[in-house]
Amino acid sequence: MTTTAVDTTEVRLLLEGIHERYGFDFRDYAEASIRRRILRRVQAEGLATISALQERVLHDTECMERLLLSLTVHVTAMYRDPLFFKVFRDKVVPLLRTYPFIRIWHAGCSTGEEVYSTAIVLEEEGVYDRCRIYATDLSESVLRAAKAGIFTLHHMKEYSENYLQAGGTRSLSHYYTASYERAIFRENLRRNVVFAQHNLVTDSSFNEFNVILCRNVMIYFNRTLQNRVHGLLYQSLGRLGVLGLGRKESMRFTPHEESYEELDGPEKIYRKVI
Amino acid sequence: MRPAVVVVGTSLGGLHALREILGGLPAGFSIPVVIAQHRVKSGGGDLAGLLQAVCPLRVWEPEDKEPLSPGMVYLAPPDYHLLVEPGSLALSTEAPVNHARPSLDVLFESAADAYGEGVIGVVLTGSNEDGARGARRIQQRGGTVIIQDPSAAVSGIMPAAAQARTGIIRTYSLGQIARLLVELCPGSDPLSPVRGRVG
Repeated sequence: MTTTAVDTTEVRLLLEGIHERYGFDFRDYAEASIRRRILRRVQAEGLATISALQERVLHDTECMERLLLSLTVHVTAMYRDPLFFKVFRDKVVPLLRTYPFIRIWHAGCSTGEEVYSTAIVLEEEGVYDRCRIYATDLSESVLRAAKAGIFTLHHMKEYSENYLQAGGTRSLSHYYTASYERAIFRENLRRNVVFAQHNLVTDSSFNEFNVILCRNVMIYFNRTLQNRVHGLLYQSLGRLGVLGLGRKESMRFTPHEESYEELDGPEKIYRKVI
Repeated sequence: MRPAVVVVGTSLGGLHALREILGGLPAGFSIPVVIAQHRVKSGGGDLAGLLQAVCPLRVWEPEDKEPLSPGMVYLAPPDYHLLVEPGSLALSTEAPVNHARPSLDVLFESAADAYGEGVIGVVLTGSNEDGARGARRIQQRGGTVIIQDPSAAVSGIMPAAAQARTGIIRTYSLGQIARLLVELCPGSDPLSPVRGRVG
């Protein structure tokens, strides 16, 4: 028997344990990346094995909170993949103009960088006042950060370049105030954003949307869970609704492959046709 | 045990080194090759195309959860970590590791966990120590680690760090590495992970 088999078993037991004890369901997260995050927590807790972490987590709720933060991935950026936002502006916004009222769901919005990115595009295209953006994440603490709209200043140079590549018509600095090491985004930008807690794994559909953006969220799920979440997104999209995924995510091999047409192949923007 | 996957990592000087090695593989090379090359976020040119030009196998930047297939060379897309899972590949946008995304350690460690002794890890030229931990994990799980001769590399830091971490003394030239891979991976072998989920 190899050591591999041992910690595969340990990972499964840990995830079963926290599901049973605390109700958090990570059982269908992508195996390789969640194992990395668990092992990082094992190390940070000064423990030797995943089993030792399991023991601590089951008896110590504070340890569970630390583990919860480690297990969820909250890395994001403004205008990550600038071309996505360029295509959104050029191909999706014209479709939205035909609607009197536009509902957009940012599923797994993390600390909100992409929500602000989208809001700026909609504002510059003159449709923002007809939009409501529902920005959701499973973690309350990242939602608080998203709501605050305060990001580290040293990222702004990169974000500004991304913004311009994404077809931005002003300068990104138009939208924030720099203060010490922070960029504070204008409150006005979130006038039509509703931040809310929602767990893609356990919660159901809560509205019907014209656009759903769910980029680089499902890559942390295994195939089974991806398929389930695809079902949830499909259910939540209105007819001819638009779905935006991450650059390296694909509709291929999902049960809903036939339900969409490509609006833009490389940027993974789809439109629900059935 | 026959190899199931070849994982290759490199940074500075990697383009030349990868072209030498991929150019030395035959069209019938039956084990999937997965590469992490440090590169700029925006992609910085058509790396896959430059490698494809010399390689008889198909070079491709995979999508998330794409099945691992023989006859393919998978290249980590810029600004993503690439991980090996039993039978497939997974991507991640988690924080850079060793200042790098893709990171060699992330690729190597995931391959070691998924395929154990079925992994061949190759550490090539590079200017930081990414890959050393991952090479060690491959070694601990019974896989094979092949290291480029640091003195012949554009930058010897990466292979030297892998040597230090694994205690491996013997190193190889690029030409030798290509031949060694062909020797270690004879014939065709269906992908079977060292373990699978039960039920």
